[in-house]
Amino acid sequence: MNRGGGGGGGGSPAAATNYLICTNCRKVLRKDKRIRVSQPLTRGPSAFIPEKEVAQANTSDERTNFLVEEYSTSGRLDNITQVMSLHTQYLESFLRSQFYMLRMDGPLPLPHRHYIAIMAAARHQCSYLINMHVDEFLKTGGIAEWLNGLKYVPQRLKNLNEINKLLAHRPWLITKEHIQKLVKTGENNWSLPELVHAVVLLTHYHALASFVFGSGINPERDPEISNGFRLISVNNFCVCDLANDNNIENASLTGNNFGIVGSLSELEALMERMKMLQEEREDGDTSQEEMTTRFEKETKESLFVVSGDTFHSFPHSDFEDDMIITSDVSRYIEDPGFGYEDFARRGEEHLPTFRAQDYTWENHGFSLVNRLYSDIGHLLDEKFRMVYSLTYNTMATHEDVDTTMLRRALFNYVHCMFGIRYDDYDYGEVNQLLERSLKVYIKTVTCYPERTTKRMYDSYWRQFKHSEKVHVNLLLMEARMQAELLYALRAITRHLT
Amino acid sequence: MEKMSRVTTALSSSALTGHTMHCHLDAPANAISVCRDAAQVVVAGRSIFKIYAIEEEQFVEKLNLRVGRKPSLNLSCADVVWHQMDENLLATAATNGVVVTWNLGRPSRNKQDQLFTEHKRTVNKVCFHPSEAHVLLSGSQDGFMKCFDLRKKDSVSTFSGQSESVRDVQFSIRDYFTFASTFENGNVQLWDIRRPDRCERMFTAHNGPVFCCDWHPEDRGWLATGGRDKMVKVWDMTTQRAKEVHCVQTIASVARVKWRPECRHHLATCSMMVDHNIYVWDVRRPFVPAAMFEEHRDVTTGIAWRHPHDPSFLLSGSKDSTLCQHLFRDASQPVERANPEGLCYGLFGDLAFAAKESLVAAESGRKPYAGDRRHPIFFKRKLDPAEPFAGLASSALSVFEMEPGSGSMSWFVDTAERYALAGRPLAELCDHNSKVARELGRNQVAQTWTMLRIIYCSPGLVPTTNLNHSVGKGSSCGLPLMNSFNLKDMAQGLGSETRLDRSKGDTRSDTVLLDSSATLITNEDNEETEGSDVPADYLLGDVEGEEDELYLLDPDHAHTEEPEYVLPQEAFPLRHEIVDTPPGPENLQDKADSPHVSGSEADVASLAPMDSSFSLVSVSHALYDSRLPPDFFSALVCDMLRFYAEQGDVQMAVSVLIVLGERVRKDIDEQTQEHWYASYIDLLQRFCLWNVSNQVVKLSTSRAISCLNQASTTLHVNCSHCKRPMSSRGWVCDRCHRCASMCAVCHHVVKGLFVWCQGCSHGGHLQHIMKWLEGSSHCPAGCGHLCEYS
Repeated sequence: MNRGGGGGGGGSPAAATNYLICTNCRKVLRKDKRIRVSQPLTRGPSAFIPEKEVAQANTSDERTNFLVEEYSTSGRLDNITQVMSLHTQYLESFLRSQFYMLRMDGPLPLPHRHYIAIMAAARHQCSYLINMHVDEFLKTGGIAEWLNGLKYVPQRLKNLNEINKLLAHRPWLITKEHIQKLVKTGENNWSLPELVHAVVLLTHYHALASFVFGSGINPERDPEISNGFRLISVNNFCVCDLANDNNIENASLTGNNFGIVGSLSELEALMERMKMLQEEREDGDTSQEEMTTRFEKETKESLFVVSGDTFHSFPHSDFEDDMIITSDVSRYIEDPGFGYEDFARRGEEHLPTFRAQDYTWENHGFSLVNRLYSDIGHLLDEKFRMVYSLTYNTMATHEDVDTTMLRRALFNYVHCMFGIRYDDYDYGEVNQLLERSLKVYIKTVTCYPERTTKRMYDSYWRQFKHSEKVHVNLLLMEARMQAELLYALRAITRHLT
Repeated sequence: MEKMSRVTTALSSSALTGHTMHCHLDAPANAISVCRDAAQVVVAGRSIFKIYAIEEEQFVEKLNLRVGRKPSLNLSCADVVWHQMDENLLATAATNGVVVTWNLGRPSRNKQDQLFTEHKRTVNKVCFHPSEAHVLLSGSQDGFMKCFDLRKKDSVSTFSGQSESVRDVQFSIRDYFTFASTFENGNVQLWDIRRPDRCERMFTAHNGPVFCCDWHPEDRGWLATGGRDKMVKVWDMTTQRAKEVHCVQTIASVARVKWRPECRHHLATCSMMVDHNIYVWDVRRPFVPAAMFEEHRDVTTGIAWRHPHDPSFLLSGSKDSTLCQHLFRDASQPVERANPEGLCYGLFGDLAFAAKESLVAAESGRKPYAGDRRHPIFFKRKLDPAEPFAGLASSALSVFEMEPGSGSMSWFVDTAERYALAGRPLAELCDHNSKVARELGRNQVAQTWTMLRIIYCSPGLVPTTNLNHSVGKGSSCGLPLMNSFNLKDMAQGLGSETRLDRSKGDTRSDTVLLDSSATLITNEDNEETEGSDVPADYLLGDVEGEEDELYLLDPDHAHTEEPEYVLPQEAFPLRHEIVDTPPGPENLQDKADSPHVSGSEADVASLAPMDSSFSLVSVSHALYDSRLPPDFFSALVCDMLRFYAEQGDVQMAVSVLIVLGERVRKDIDEQTQEHWYASYIDLLQRFCLWNVSNQVVKLSTSRAISCLNQASTTLHVNCSHCKRPMSSRGWVCDRCHRCASMCAVCHHVVKGLFVWCQGCSHGGHLQHIMKWLEGSSHCPAGCGHLCEYS
């Protein structure tokens, strides 16, 4: 696991953990410094999902064939691919679009693409993606010096930093002025096709970072020689999360009751509610006024859905390791303090909500993207379509369930947190369908993925299969990417008109 | 019924009048619709819903339908439609999925009539039945279309498109029961209003969403559809299968399409993104719009012809918050700005040229200049009297045929195949290539190769014969000054007399000529004495100090001016005679000379003089070898390469680039090189010279090029038993579970390198086959084929 030799991490003690320590463990650690670190206990591609779960599905013929194909084209099967391969149909369109934006004809030179990916991943301190693209960056002939940080890259790339920051955390702040600043003729200007390519890459990697953290993707363990630019592989999962039998200890520490009791009825209740909503719909009895206020409510409510127990609540100075890690990643970013801020909390600024119907992906986004960066539109379109319609008609143990409603609730809830509102959606459904622990998870994964813990992952939908939870992650990832893209493309459209 | 509607909508006696004008709305519009009296227009958007009266000079706001303290989402309109029979009746589609009808006859301020909340998602489109007063149709994002009877509270029937979302619904104007719907997945469906269970007909019209459709107002079977794929297609629905009769390619996704009244082939379109203009197309002329309205500053969201029988007024609403009336006569006509000439090369070098007839007529009055052996053929397009563009259509097409043979590119193929680009010392490559070029009668190229050899190769390797030849030709202005070998050529060489004059325009020429005659003599001596005659050497060395200046210039001139004249071909066989001259002694002589010459240079002139007393050959060696590094010429060589490339002989440019390799590469910028490589490879592939092109790719140093042969290197294999593709592994078939690739020699499965004969398709382990074919020439499988291993 330990990649060793982080760039600036000379001072890190050899015994230092590559895992962050969660609040609870810190308390324990303070008492007894000796039990610092045991190496992670899980193997396989994900820290959240038992290896056999991922491997199990390997029996399906189609899937194996597909993976073999992927392996033979790219020469590797990274952990993301392995976890995603639980949903082969989706994986295909995912890989196709990723391959296209990274390796096929496009306005940006290859090393630049990987560097942009690094910049995007760095916003969420996703060392997994950073390491992956540091390698790729060097392989495609990138200048190694750039990896020392943003200070060493050309001004042109550095200029991208601003929209990277905004897109990652508060995409609604992007305006046509930002776009104008970038494309304004001058020495370091971006052409529109280049900019669109960069935006697609940025959003793709922000969203992918969400997936990586949300699914607990483990660092790659390839035997390649470390090139000094790799970061210490950091998992943001605390050791205690990774222990398979952590429930008891945690329960005692946090006082949370993780009883299995009632978890079965939880599922039943959810299905009951879905059925109810379906029927209620047919009655069509919700008053219009109520509908309009529900969105506001939901955005406001998401304020209180805060992931409480993660390291960010601790001052960084508490642990030296944190500092080192932060400085390692932060060389690719500026303004590391800039993070997600609840859309509803905007206070005096009063930004209007984004009306989904006024700027949709299908009508507007697609045409713009495809015009400026040909063919990516089709690939993204297929991917969005795929993820939105992907279903096996199952819920945990139940079969033949129409999950459309659930999927739409997940998708729209993510958009809701980014201030995108659908006129034709009753946001009351979100409340009915998504339990609180799930909301916490969704918000963490989409807004500050680096804080995701295994406990969050485990605590929602306890009877659901891992593959279903991966499905949730896919939905969250694509919803987030689409939200960011919509904001960015809208700004570009406004710049054009 | 039909007749009645015609009567009611027929143009009133007083024709419409008006100007191109616009008015500012408070908010972006999403859709507009016109009242049947053509005097009012309704504009609807997310936060606007107003009726404007169209007056002579301006729009006047008549009514704001958006009333109430707290505007509800029901008022956020995605579409609006005004009933074409009842001027009090309107319907809107709301973004929250509600269909609202409005009755302007209501006495209260709020004109809202009925509310249908049956759709679950945004309603994209509403449409009234053209002749039935109470029938309303809606299409929604949820994939359903609903038909409402306005006298009832609920929908009468629901049609399921079995697809994601409905983008447009339109009642057929002619067929009472038929309506068309378009879908996000590219399909168009035709429904019978009485049969909600399944559609009558379905076909895929576009790649990607079909945003809009419109029935032709007169032609029963014609339906126009517009999609995100930037196309407008006109379908003939009367046939068994919907047939595409016209297709117009626009520059942006098509958001609305509306047939122009009274003009059978005209339709208006506007786009959803990027392009703000409204175009009117003649579908028979799909490349240039017939008219273009450029008033809007943001995308146009709604268009409507003001009156169903008046083709000159178009109304439009836009995201830029304006409502416009466009007059057809004020439209800009791109045709007028179009360039009416076309030029195209045919496959075999024929040239076709089309232009306005008037232009061609003027041209043909001129006599073609003598010696032109190409025959222009003139075609004149037959005019179709029905065509509306008679004025423009009278163009003439001339075709110039290539003289058979003259366009032949056999020299290119031969050269490409025979050139040696790598694998031998530079000198040999140059020689070889020069020989190839000469044999193909391309003397100038041959010349260039020889000169390159002189420039870049050390003298020891250079056989003098070629040098002789090179000097003789390379420095044309020096021809008469040449040594004895070349004097025989003089008769032919003088063909370039004019050049001689120019280069020798200075006063020195006389002496020079005198000197050369002296040279002649000594040279002949020289041949006998083989360079051991030192005194003679001295003598001439002194005298020719001046002449050397001329020589020095020669390489410069030679490179740049060469192509401007044609060397007499006869010169070459003569030079060949010298091939037999043993090079040994002269080489010795060279060595003996070089220090001497350098000494004389220092004494006589600072201009690096040459000693031509023995032969120019030896001098040039000395010169390049001891004083001028090849770098000195690199700029020149680069110019030469650029020259060839510009002449169209990219073959030469690339070949030299490859042969010289590092020597010149750094002096030519990467992009140019890449460009040359790409063009050359393209040419090679057009001539099916795959091997050569691959060799070029391999030898290129440009990364963009060398990665070309890394692409599509996958080899798909079919199982030899069941003939199905083998997907997972190359050696065992998933379907018939048999090993497909057996080695013909050892009868084991081949898992690694598999080599097979392309003639009989037997094969096996590389090693085994290699060994087998060393001993036998027959196929190891015993099929009797004579396999070859290369």
